[in-house]
Amino acid sequence: MRITLHVWRQRNGADSGRMVQYQMEGVSEHMSFLEMLDVLNEQLAEKGEEPIAFDHDCREGICGSCGFMINGVAHGPLPGVTVCQLHMRSFKDGDTLYLEPWRARAFPVVKDLAVNRSALDRIIASGGFISVATGSAPDGNAIPIPKVNADKAMDAAACIACGACVAACPNAAAALFTGAKIAHLNLLPQGQPEKNRRSVSMVAQMNAEHFGNCTNIGECEAVCPKLIPLEVIARMNRDYLKAAFKND
Amino acid sequence: MTLDSRVPSGPIETSWERSRFEYKLVNPANKRKYNIIVVGSGLAGASAAASLAELGYNVKCFCFQDSPRRAHSIAAQGGINAAKNYQNDGDSVYRLFYDTVKGGDFRAREANVYRLAQTSVNIIDQCVAQGVPFAREYGGSLSNRSFGGAQVSRTFYARGQTGQQLLLGAYQALERQIGLGKVAMYPRTEMLELVVIDGKARGIVTRNLTTGVIESHVGDAVLLCTGGYGNVFFLSTNAKGSNATAIWRAHRKGALFANPCFTQIHPTCIPVSGDYQSKLTLMSESLRNDGRIWVPLKQGDTRPPSQIPEAERDYYLERRYPSFGNLVPRDVASRAAKQACDEGRGVGPAGLGVYLDFADAIKRLGRKMIEERYGNLFDMYYQITGENPYETPMRIYPAIHYTMGGLWVDYQLMSTIPGLFVLGEANFSDHGANRLGASALMQGLSDGYFVIPYTLGNYLAGTRLEPAKADHPQFREAGEQVASMVKKLLSIRGKRTVNSFHRELGKIMWDNCGMARNAAGLQFAIGRIQELREEFWQNVNVLGDNDGMNQALEHAGRLADFLELGELMCRDALHRNESCGGHFREEYQTEEGEAQRDDDNFSYAAAWEYRGVNAEPILHKEQLLFDYVHPSQRSYK
Repeated sequence: MRITLHVWRQRNGADSGRMVQYQMEGVSEHMSFLEMLDVLNEQLAEKGEEPIAFDHDCREGICGSCGFMINGVAHGPLPGVTVCQLHMRSFKDGDTLYLEPWRARAFPVVKDLAVNRSALDRIIASGGFISVATGSAPDGNAIPIPKVNADKAMDAAACIACGACVAACPNAAAALFTGAKIAHLNLLPQGQPEKNRRSVSMVAQMNAEHFGNCTNIGECEAVCPKLIPLEVIARMNRDYLKAAFKND
Repeated sequence: MTLDSRVPSGPIETSWERSRFEYKLVNPANKRKYNIIVVGSGLAGASAAASLAELGYNVKCFCFQDSPRRAHSIAAQGGINAAKNYQNDGDSVYRLFYDTVKGGDFRAREANVYRLAQTSVNIIDQCVAQGVPFAREYGGSLSNRSFGGAQVSRTFYARGQTGQQLLLGAYQALERQIGLGKVAMYPRTEMLELVVIDGKARGIVTRNLTTGVIESHVGDAVLLCTGGYGNVFFLSTNAKGSNATAIWRAHRKGALFANPCFTQIHPTCIPVSGDYQSKLTLMSESLRNDGRIWVPLKQGDTRPPSQIPEAERDYYLERRYPSFGNLVPRDVASRAAKQACDEGRGVGPAGLGVYLDFADAIKRLGRKMIEERYGNLFDMYYQITGENPYETPMRIYPAIHYTMGGLWVDYQLMSTIPGLFVLGEANFSDHGANRLGASALMQGLSDGYFVIPYTLGNYLAGTRLEPAKADHPQFREAGEQVASMVKKLLSIRGKRTVNSFHRELGKIMWDNCGMARNAAGLQFAIGRIQELREEFWQNVNVLGDNDGMNQALEHAGRLADFLELGELMCRDALHRNESCGGHFREEYQTEEGEAQRDDDNFSYAAAWEYRGVNAEPILHKEQLLFDYVHPSQRSYK
């Protein structure tokens, strides 16, 4: 296959950045998208041009490192997969693809397609946990948890913090990400003691990090590689509201 | 140098309990005076950093990823073992201990394994309390499944994402301590040197991967929790960034490296599809519960699988191992697949693959049941190959998955450098020559949550540490070493990319130190690696500079270490004139082609001392004593 790429190149946060065109010949449909970029990077290095920087690690869709926009869609055209799992058979000969980093005020560009997503870590640090020191846990079966609740918590906990939801949102909101963690923990009996505190402080941190507000557009759900449902945002809003009226 | 494993004397059942009482304690008010450096944020690193911070220590934690949540522990699929015996099916701490020692082909230290089996039950409790959404029964209790190498159901799981959920539990505990100011987190930061002062580990030198700044960090103890070194093979199921740099640079500073040749090859991975291939993807071992493995009877049979009649198929595992069939342990299944392909009966474009067929299971259980059990795996297979495994058999082939070897540690997880502790896959201690499924997660968390909080305190309370500063000559020297290596890599400007060197090293390793090894091949590999290493330092092309993110530079530094480690692995494999677990020497097999151990001569952990890049390392032996589980020939017939 012949693929034309336009890739965002930006040396660092201070650089203004620009799109650069690259021509790829003989792309195999069995290649993953990132393997195509590996091949391009090899070619660039051989020509003495610096390779394109992009984050990636597990290449199995679970670590959440990878992610960029392909023709304006986070993680590319296939629903429910990260860009590392996307294969070239999803494209056709002669396609032109525009690759851009996540665009959000809270995600400054580090270089090329790599951005800084540490704001997501700080949201977790503000309350995305259950405070249980090592050694102080009761027996695992001491608290029965209905299967349906455990399954729902697992659905929300599947989030990989890739940031696609933020990138896809016209407001650059992190509501799906924050809602997923609040839903996961607030659904479980272990999460109840800190439920109110968690809901309030995580939402506060999300706002402090300059993520936008959620206006229920649903782009986040559409691009989420782990298919996190929009209802986690409803749960976050409900738990936040309830907590805001309490004083604990 | 004599290796003192510091294994407690007396009955193994109470060794850990007695040790915990005997170990010295650090007064709560004094803990905050200690600074602990934790390198790596996977299951071992995150759990250790969080637990130590909870105790009051000041912790600095480092990871090369952009967030501690992305460590490769996250990719573990299957589950975590624990001797809870919730199923009332005969499990016990002793049985988990027994299975692990036997599964490791009698090359692990008994006392460590026993402790691991004991703490396994606490891990589950801790993770449940953190909110890890383990699978549950309708009654609300925890669900279990069975896994390779065990006859009881002791594996706890969270769908096919157990590693992710356990890591997020530890990561959240870590983030809580970061929020409380007890842990300073350094993401996108790589450890490049260990600093040893007066014979004790006192800190590290790091490089910031976004700015290139080289920094010194002083501490009272250093914990390496940096995972395995499977990427020495280039193609493996490891994450692309997984590397041996931290443990290798510590090895160069005096920490012995034990059993480097013990690598695990996982039988069920998606085969290589082309020379652009960047990594291999694991398909969970659980697939072998229902899938049947076969190849065509005839060599070079290129018919599509649906047109090969039943009589012309060879279900070779069922034929060779009638009692275990498709459920033989990983090392056995991997070797059998290789043999079938070596005979010219492999399937797929390159002939390096065997079928894993679900047709019978679908006929027996219905498609819906198979979807429920393996739906996410079938989807992943489809994403990668474009083939639908409900209609045509999967193609699988073995791939490098885990490394049992690592830095030598004693019972207290301390390396041969006082104050340097090694946790998780980075150490060598618990899995012997072969790791059983669902045991890696258990070990990482056991080391981090339940072992290091005790043994670190014992070290600190019993050791006099002089104050150290970042301007100490040892720090300055280490910093200069790092700076000069970076400068050198950037100044070569040769003709070959880092990747091309890495691919070549991987091929040498896979061909000669992979699933089957022999003396001639290993000797050849040692010579080839030395030549390749020389060429690397003359001809590698690393573009860009050190002022910002430079991924080729990161890769080059890691590869430089793999180019030394690969040679050590071959030397270790060459010296071990026996076959055991994942180490299969062709010269040492039974008449039926099974691994032939030599307990009289090789019942030891081989711990290697570094002597310089081109100097022969020195072998030290820790004799392994089996007072409880008596070595026997493993048989799965």
